[in-house]
Amino acid sequence: MTLSIKKVQETAYLARIAMSDAELNRCHHEIEQIFTLIDQLQAVDTKGITPLAHPQASQQRTVADKVTESDQHEKFQALAPAKQLDYYLVPQVIE
Amino acid sequence: MTTTKSEWESVIGLEVHVQLATKAKLFSGASAHYGAKPNSQACAVDLAFPGVLPVLNREVLTMAVRFGLSVNADIGKRSIFARKNYFYPDLPKGYQITQFEHPIVGRGTLPVITEDGRNLSIGITRAHLEEDAGKSLHDAFNSMTGVDLNRAGVPLLEIVSEPELRSAAEAVAYLKTLHALVGYLQICDGNLQEGSFRCDANVSVRKKGAPEFGTRAEIKNVNSFRFVEKAIEYEIARQIQVLEQGGTIVQETRLYDSAKNETRSMRSKENANDYRYFPDPDLLPVEVSQAFIDEVATTMPELPWQKRLRLQQEYALSEYDANVLTSNKALCDFFEEALAHTKASAKITANWVMGELSALLNKNNLDIEQSPISARALGGLLSHLADNIISGKIAKTVFEKMWSSGEEASVIIEREGLVQENDSAALEKVIDELMLANPSQLAEYRSGKDRLFGYFVGLVMKQTAGKANPAQVNELLKQKLAG
Repeated sequence: MTLSIKKVQETAYLARIAMSDAELNRCHHEIEQIFTLIDQLQAVDTKGITPLAHPQASQQRTVADKVTESDQHEKFQALAPAKQLDYYLVPQVIE
Repeated sequence: MTTTKSEWESVIGLEVHVQLATKAKLFSGASAHYGAKPNSQACAVDLAFPGVLPVLNREVLTMAVRFGLSVNADIGKRSIFARKNYFYPDLPKGYQITQFEHPIVGRGTLPVITEDGRNLSIGITRAHLEEDAGKSLHDAFNSMTGVDLNRAGVPLLEIVSEPELRSAAEAVAYLKTLHALVGYLQICDGNLQEGSFRCDANVSVRKKGAPEFGTRAEIKNVNSFRFVEKAIEYEIARQIQVLEQGGTIVQETRLYDSAKNETRSMRSKENANDYRYFPDPDLLPVEVSQAFIDEVATTMPELPWQKRLRLQQEYALSEYDANVLTSNKALCDFFEEALAHTKASAKITANWVMGELSALLNKNNLDIEQSPISARALGGLLSHLADNIISGKIAKTVFEKMWSSGEEASVIIEREGLVQENDSAALEKVIDELMLANPSQLAEYRSGKDRLFGYFVGLVMKQTAGKANPAQVNELLKQKLAG
């Protein structure tokens, strides 16, 4: 599978990552290498094998429906670059 | 908008996000309770701090299976959580944990009765578990967006219908049925204002008889039944107009603006359709055993459509009455409790619950749970009516006094001397006097002016302060006036 630079640009946009041309080229090259590995994996015959959702052959553990966390917003918000009235503040991204 | 609507058929499928009424969140021990101070209920897991791991809340499995059983759906015995990737500030992880290829609830059907009495059976495509995002506040801060993550991680069951609805009215009937159902199942508080029950609508149109579906637009997050109906109606008319003018419909997400009654394209979503789903490596497959499903099955309540049938069979209520009463579990519980405490018939009790009581509740913006008159107290009032102790008219007066004072019917009736006069000798005396006092009206009546009968009824009721038994008044008046 070949990957265009444009696809890398689009993916970077979706993840809101700004990239210089040099970075784009490097990233393009690296992702292409990953795709080559995927192509190798795709070549393996998996006919009749159930797809694996998780490498561990186990099932999800569950817990009872109980509130166990207390309000620690002051500690968490101490790490935030901007906050006001208990809200985290972020640049406006919406139309 | 003028269109030749009759040539066109609309095709609607709905995606409903039902907020599951758990105490804690889907994957964390933070409270899922609505209305707390911003960010006071967002823990390290919800905030996506490094190193945290999600652990599944067991209760959501019970709730999802309950829903699945209620619509006769296949239960996914092995379901898988996936990551849906997109960027938004109210989604700290950069992905939403949801179910993609293997949902917990598969195909089922929901029986729906439309407003005009048609029975539909609408296919449920699937229902899957997922976490809610936080809330963004765009206007309150100077050129910044405020983010409250209390809602991040709250459990949702997304219920997807087949595209089998053919009008906005059918869509609303489906939604109301589903809304009542999740209330009966006690898996959702159903509060539309607080966003516990939200709807996205996929709408397309096609020429009648066309085998293929048209291109659809998705209308996002409409949170009242009335607005869903308006938004869908607007969107159908818009698409027909575009097509009739030779245009094409673009597959897109549109936002309904209730103030302007129109839908608008959300351009920001155009580039975001590649969600790059993949199984969440932090979560193992969820296995639901047959023993667990059987256990949940033993706790299933009577479902609205079962109740509807029972009300018709057991109490001989009409389909319409049964439908109204079962539209809301609390309303039906109230009716049945009142009926258990009264000598009045089921029909009379139903009329009072759906009529007088519902009218006053609506007028005062109260839910049935907040009724100042208890079911037992209403039953008591209606017993007095059934025993002919008070007339229907007096019962309404007593009802209003019960509403404002909280007193029992018997207390009010006794104190205010409202007991109905069933003494026919006394009533005959009143009628005789009135006939003597109104000789010209009597003569006119006897010469064929039947309308004057009502005039005499009015006089008798006035003279007896409404306490006369109306049936008795009618009978005696007929005899006496005939001469």
